[in-house]
Parts: sequence; structure tokens; C-alpha cells
Amino acid sequence: METVSSTTKSKEPVETLSRVVIRFAGDSGDGMQLTGTQFTATAAAIGNDLATFPDYPAEIRAPAGTLPGVSGFQVNFSSEDIFTPGDAPDVLVAMNPAALKANVRDLKPNGILIVNTDAFRETDLAKAGYQKNPLEDGSLAAYRLHEVDITRLTRAALKDTGLPQRVQDRCKNFFALGMMYYLYHRPMDVSLAWIGEKFGKKPELAEANKLALKGGYAFCEATEVFQVTYEVPKAQLAPGTYRNISGNQALALGFVAAAHQSNRPLFLGSYPITPASDILHELSQYKNFGVVTFQAEDEIAAIGAALGASFAGDIGLTTTSGPGMALKMEFIGLAIMVELPLVIVDIQRGGPSTGLPTKTEQADLMQALYGRPSEAPCIVIAARSSADCFSTAYEAVRLATKHMTPVILLSDGYIANGAEPWKLPRVEDLPAIPVTFRTSPDGFLPYMREPQTLARPWAIPGTPGLEHRIGGIEKAEGTGNVSYEPANHEKMIHLRAEKVERVALDIPPAEVDGDSDGLLVLGWGSTYGAITGAVRRARAEGRRVGHLHLRYLNPMPSNLGEVLSRYERVLIPEMNLGQLAFVIRGKFLLDVVPLNKVQGQPFKESEILGRIAELAPAKEGARA
Amino acid sequence: MSGTVALTKKDFISDQEVRWCPGCGDYAILASVQGVFPELGIPKENFVVVSGIGCSSRFPYYMNTFGFHSIHGRAPAVATGIKIANPGLSVWIATGDGDALSIGGNHIIHLMRRNVDVKVLLFNNRIYGLTKGQYSPTSEVGKKTKSTPYGSVDRPFNPLAVAIGAGSTFVARSVDVYAPHLKQVLLATAKHTGTAFVEIYQNCNIFNDGAFESVREKEHREENLLHLENGQPLLFGKAKDKGIRMAGPFTPEVVSLGNGVTEKDLVVHDEKAPVAYAFMLAQMDAPSFPVPIGVLRNVQAPVLDAAMSEQIAQVTAKKGPGDLKALIYGGETWDVV
Repeated sequence: METVSSTTKSKEPVETLSRVVIRFAGDSGDGMQLTGTQFTATAAAIGNDLATFPDYPAEIRAPAGTLPGVSGFQVNFSSEDIFTPGDAPDVLVAMNPAALKANVRDLKPNGILIVNTDAFRETDLAKAGYQKNPLEDGSLAAYRLHEVDITRLTRAALKDTGLPQRVQDRCKNFFALGMMYYLYHRPMDVSLAWIGEKFGKKPELAEANKLALKGGYAFCEATEVFQVTYEVPKAQLAPGTYRNISGNQALALGFVAAAHQSNRPLFLGSYPITPASDILHELSQYKNFGVVTFQAEDEIAAIGAALGASFAGDIGLTTTSGPGMALKMEFIGLAIMVELPLVIVDIQRGGPSTGLPTKTEQADLMQALYGRPSEAPCIVIAARSSADCFSTAYEAVRLATKHMTPVILLSDGYIANGAEPWKLPRVEDLPAIPVTFRTSPDGFLPYMREPQTLARPWAIPGTPGLEHRIGGIEKAEGTGNVSYEPANHEKMIHLRAEKVERVALDIPPAEVDGDSDGLLVLGWGSTYGAITGAVRRARAEGRRVGHLHLRYLNPMPSNLGEVLSRYERVLIPEMNLGQLAFVIRGKFLLDVVPLNKVQGQPFKESEILGRIAELAPAKEGARA
Repeated sequence: MSGTVALTKKDFISDQEVRWCPGCGDYAILASVQGVFPELGIPKENFVVVSGIGCSSRFPYYMNTFGFHSIHGRAPAVATGIKIANPGLSVWIATGDGDALSIGGNHIIHLMRRNVDVKVLLFNNRIYGLTKGQYSPTSEVGKKTKSTPYGSVDRPFNPLAVAIGAGSTFVARSVDVYAPHLKQVLLATAKHTGTAFVEIYQNCNIFNDGAFESVREKEHREENLLHLENGQPLLFGKAKDKGIRMAGPFTPEVVSLGNGVTEKDLVVHDEKAPVAYAFMLAQMDAPSFPVPIGVLRNVQAPVLDAAMSEQIAQVTAKKGPGDLKALIYGGETWDVV
């Protein structure tokens, strides 16, 4: 929390801050995700830059009050550019002891801690594994603790509604939200309007939630809970229209847009899996865009149907996470062999096996690049932020259809569920994705090739004179007939590899943000935000640091080797044990420095900055 | 369009040399299918033949249609995608007992459950041929194969019972070399809207020769086959002098006509009878019973691919065709100036 100025325009002194991180934490039934999204919607309406990160348990409803049932939502809102949901919260709202226990260690020293004392009875403490009441044993002395009996105050606010207590208690998240709105001088209108719409058919619930929200606000106004309140002015964002968007939503919109611009129906074959299911949910709403969503019997059928749809001329898409990816691999190999366009989305999560389904990781890179039998390269690209998912999805469709080969798109749980403001593109500016099917039988061969890209023709069933057979057995170049000819096999292996290599001619060169010598921080995927923030801070400290973020992991940009050679050291932060580092070492014989984290949590800026500081000393006389 | 020109069997023979073992039952099935396709009134370019892996799955290479030789067990998935993407196509799956009932068991049951308008030809030879002779999920208990030198202790599947249990709307059986019968079954299969499942007894003369001898061999087969004809009594035997009567609820028995037993005592075949009847037929097997061939079940139910297209049309009619700008600019937006 960075203080900019102080004034006294409410009963308490008002400080102006440039950025604040709040974490709402409670039981998974406490509505913390909702509270967080409401705070976010208001911050967006005010014009703050922001980033959010929900952190919820894998269990739908773990036993109430226990540690596995804790659900959290972190929002970073700011008057400056921000790139991550923030390292450590400035404020923690803990609705019960379990939420306190699971989150308090992340809170900044002297951070604001608001607890719902009504949930700190002996039984509640026992469920969270507290021997002693942390509110009484001095263990929270490092924080600015505010003990508020949120449950009872909510009941008091709702006493005239006549609703059962159970229902009243469900409104306490809005009471907490009202307190936060007071503390940060936020208007309530966005949330009041949302409640009105959400509970339109149940006016008594709408009224109750509105009363709770206003009650939380009024409580702070009437009492002296806070000695100081804060303002976070709006940020200087680039002009345009914005909406707050999660990575999975942005992927869905990107695929709809790409299919629309290619004039082909989008066919999603998918099997529910965390954290990818939201793409299926989202796309299933867009039937009037000609989007077909097929919920298959398993991961294998999901990709198989998508590939069948591609054969028939649709934009075939399948979405999954690491375990599902493993099941799809044989089909990806077939797609490479039959040279049809197909997009495979892997929303990476903690693994191996079931691992940490709701937590994030970037450990499927090797799987995407090399996880298939034999020599089976395909295009691999990665989204770097929630909003970037839109254009990455768009690019995946463009590459798959132009180069007639599968494209693997990597995202992860962090950016899939996290959200940030997205500057909306002008529809007129979206590039066309020209898709042409072969129609003429004259001189047609199924495995003839376009000379530039080596793509084979897309000849769909229903086209007279183009009847042909494709399949997984090795093809004779040209005719596509089954061939066991040794020299042909070698030729085809090289051809398929070269076809993918040539995609490098169709992608932009690698561009560095920051210094062109010194230390290069090389990243891919969702580490973008943390690296960007860390590199900016490092450069402000006078360190010579550049940041290169790879969207294209296979093939890589043609100038990458040249760019890497300009730097003394290359640091690669990854949420795995060094997979990109291994690839870069292998490709460029470069002794890169890995920085690895596998805790199911994204990097903090400070973790990356710390390693940068060790590798790139601040120059004397530099801005400190 | 080739649809306006009369097609012949020749139009469906691809330029690829057929490579099954000499004497394989697959040759006969291929010839029958190539003979039936031109009679269906479907333009050649609208046929798609899809397969998985196995001897039977080489089938698409020999059909001069669009074809997709996919991966082991997964033909139903690929076929479903093709059919949903373009419901105007006539999509056929060639599969085997291992491909469909072992590795692909999950896909085949869901294909039938959904009633995708796809025709399934399951070549049942009760053995793994392409991998050179292991027992399959339809091999009988006790079977000695390369992987069961002391005899198989695995209970087999009954393919027709699986199909009926999975809700298939059309279930039939025929025999590879019984060309006139196979032709009739294939014609009925093509006519059905929805998933049509056909088990074809197919002899693997290399690894399981003679598995279906009693129903293949011209001289004696009529004694062992029960021809199912809709609305007709269950009669069998070369002289049609034997039949099937109900001894009790769903308890069939073989009776000889005469001595007071007449056709009126026999079960009359009904393709649309309650499913338990078809299930009863599926259980009838040699040596206690003649082997039923023909159409066991033929009912109508909503078809997945049609329903999906319909839903898209309905939603589009209600909401109007998708407006990309409205979609992207939907949700709560704010302007920064």
C-alpha cells in the first residue's frame, strides 16, 4: 500500500493510496467469490486498474469451518499500471478461524485484519485446529486487528425482513463488502444494481442483501472501527472501452470471434475438467453464433469428435487440463498425421495425476512439446494473461487453419480464473481468417502441398470428385496412400517437422521490453504479470534488465537465438522444475538460470525481483 | 453432381489393393457393402466410412468414398464429430469385436445411447487378428489362444445384448458369406434414422477358422439360423418345420411343427416390441437355439445430430444470428477517455 497524500474529507483522516490488495476469505459457503467479484466490478467502474485471483478449494463443500473448505478471492486495485493480483494483501477479511489460519501468514506486517468474531466460538476454533483463540493470545499483534461481530450485526440490519435466521446469515458477505466500500470510499450503486438484477425474482432476498450491504457501510460510518480511510484514484488506462474478463471467458470469446471471422462453425468437443470447464460453459451459450458444444463421454471422445468435425470442415476445438491432455495425446498424433486443423487447449493445473486441480502450475510444457509417440511436432503457443487469452485463441485458429496442423494452446489455472480489465478490440480491426476448401478435382491429391506453408488441401466430405482416405498409417507423399516405404517414411517425418518449423516465418519476431543487454528475464505463459512488475521495479532500481515473453513455444521466433546472445545472463522463472530452461539449453547451448516455483500458487513479483537483484547488480549512481 | 448419375458397384471400389489374408470373411463383407451403396440413392461424395484399428478397420481404404482410418476404438467419436458437423452425410463405421467392444467399449455405448445417425458394421470374428491371435471380448470361455495357452477364463460379451442395453434403436445380425441376407440387412440399416448396429459374423480363417461354421456353411446353415422377419412367426429349418414358442414369460423353447403345434403357437417377430423381447432374442444361441439373424429391433427415437442442429436453429431464431460486436462488448463495460 503506497501512500500518496492525506486529506480529511470524512470523519476519519483520508489517505490516498496508489494501490491496495484485499483478500476476502471465508468458508466456501460464505460467498467470498461473490464478494470479491462485486468489489472488483466497483473498482472497474471507478476506473482503477485491477487484477484478481480466486483461490478456491477442490471440494464443492468441504465440512463447514475447516481448512480444506476455505475459499479466497484476492483483488489488486490501483491508480497505476498493475500486472498481478498483488504479492501480499494489505487487507484480509477473515470470516472464520479457518480462513484466518489459512491466510494470515500472507498478510503484510501492520496490514488491516478484519475478523468476524461471531465465528470464533470454541467449536469453530477447534474445527480450524486452533488450541487457543488467536484473537486473545497476542499472536495477531503484528496486524491492525478489527474484531467485528459481523453475523450479529447482519441479523440486526435484517431484523425487520422477517426472513429466517439461516437466510439472514447468508447475507453477511454483503455486510463485509459494505465495510470495505466504506474503508475505500467506494460507491455502492454498482453492487446495489447487481443485487437488484440477480435477485429480481426474489425481491425479499434482494432487499435483504441490499440492507446487509448498506448495514456494513453504515456501521463503519456510525462507529469508529477505522481510524483512517483510504482513496485509490482511477488509473491512467489507455483510452477505449474495457470490461473485466477471466482467461477462460476470453478464450471462449476469442474462439467465437475466430470462427466468425473464418466463416466456419466452431465445434467444441469437451469433457468437464477443472479448471477448463468454464470454457465449455461459456461456449455452450453461443449457439446463435453457430457454435456446437459436444460434451463427450470422455477426454478421448472429446478430441476425436473435434477432429471428425475438422475433417468435415468445422473449426475443431477441444479443451482440457493436464490429465485430460495425457488422454488426448494419441489423437493429437493422429491429427498431426492426417494434417487437419485442430486446437487443443490445456488449462494447466498442479500435478502429476489429480494433483492440485484448483491450483495453478506450468508443468505441461514438455507434455505439449514432446508428449507423443515418435516424432510428432505441432504448434504450441501460450497465453500470458487473462485478457491475452482472447488474441491467443484467435491466433491458434489462424495458425491451425492456415498451416493445416493441430495447435496446442497453453493457459493455466491462474489466468484462467483470474481476471483483469480487457481493452476491447474493434471488431473491424480483427484480421480475417481466410479458410478455403479444395473444390476442384483437377490434379487433386490429398497430400499435395502448398509450396510456402507445406499445408495440404482441406477437402471436406460432400465435395464431388474429392473422395479420399486419410488415417494414421504412414502416407505416401502426394497420394496419401498407405506406404511402408523406408525412404518415404523418413521424408514424411522431415516434411511434417519442416511444416511446423515454417510457421516461424508466419509469426512476429521476439521483442524485448526493457534493456537490450545485461540480464534477460525470459518467460512464457502466466508468469508475464509477475515478471513485468519485477523487471519494472528492477529497472527503476538502476539494474539493466530486459524482459522477453514467449507466446510461440514451437516453433520459437526465428530471431530468438540472436536476442538471447545479446545478454550476459538469462533468467527463466517458471512454475515447474525448469522445462523451458531445459528446452532453451538444448536449442541454444546456453547456460540459463532457472527460477522455479511449484506451490500451486503464482510467482510474486518480489520473488522474481529478489533473483533479478542477485544476478543484475544496481549500477552506482542509478535511480534507487 | 455424381448423385444424378446412376452409380454402380465399380464406383465404390478404390484403387488400393485389398490386403486381407486370402480367404478372409472381410472380402465378402466389402463386396456386399460396395454392392449396396450404389442402390441407396446417395451421392457418392456424401458417404464417409470411418474406422478404428484392426483388420476390419482397413475397410475405408478399399471404399472409394471419403474415409477416415482413425485410432483404436475411437471411430464412434470421429464419426459423431463428422455427423454433427454435417448431418447431410451418410456415415458408416467399420469395426471389429476388439475395436468396438474392448478398447472402444465406452465410445460405442455412448454412440448408441445418443442415437447419432451413424451405421455401425461390427465384424465379429471372436479373435484379435491384426495382432496375430489373442482372445477377444467375444471369444468363448476356455478358448486357447496365444495369450490364453490354458484357455480363456474371461466371460465374453454378447454384442447384440450390449447394443440393446445401450439403447440402440436398430440392432441386426448377418453373416459375412450369406450375401443375399447381408444385402437385405444392409439395405434396412441404411434406411434407419439413428444409430444402426449390425453384428456380422466373420470368419478369420487364420486365427479362428470355423468359428461360425454351422451358420456359414451353405448345406446346413438353414438348420441353424433363425430368420427374423417383421410380422412373421419365428420359423426355422430348411423345411421351415421348427419354430420358437414361449414356454413361460421370456422363456423361449424350440418346437417342431405338427402333433398339434401350429404356426399360431409360435412367437411372431415384432421389431418394435418392448426391449425385453429383443434382449431375449439376443440371448438365443447355439447349440440350444437357432442363431437369430436379421433385424432384432428397429424403433425411432430423437437423433442427436438432428437435435443439435435444431437447437442451434431455435436459439438463433429466438436471439437472432450472433452479433460479434455485441458479444465482445457485452457484460459490464466502462469507457476510458
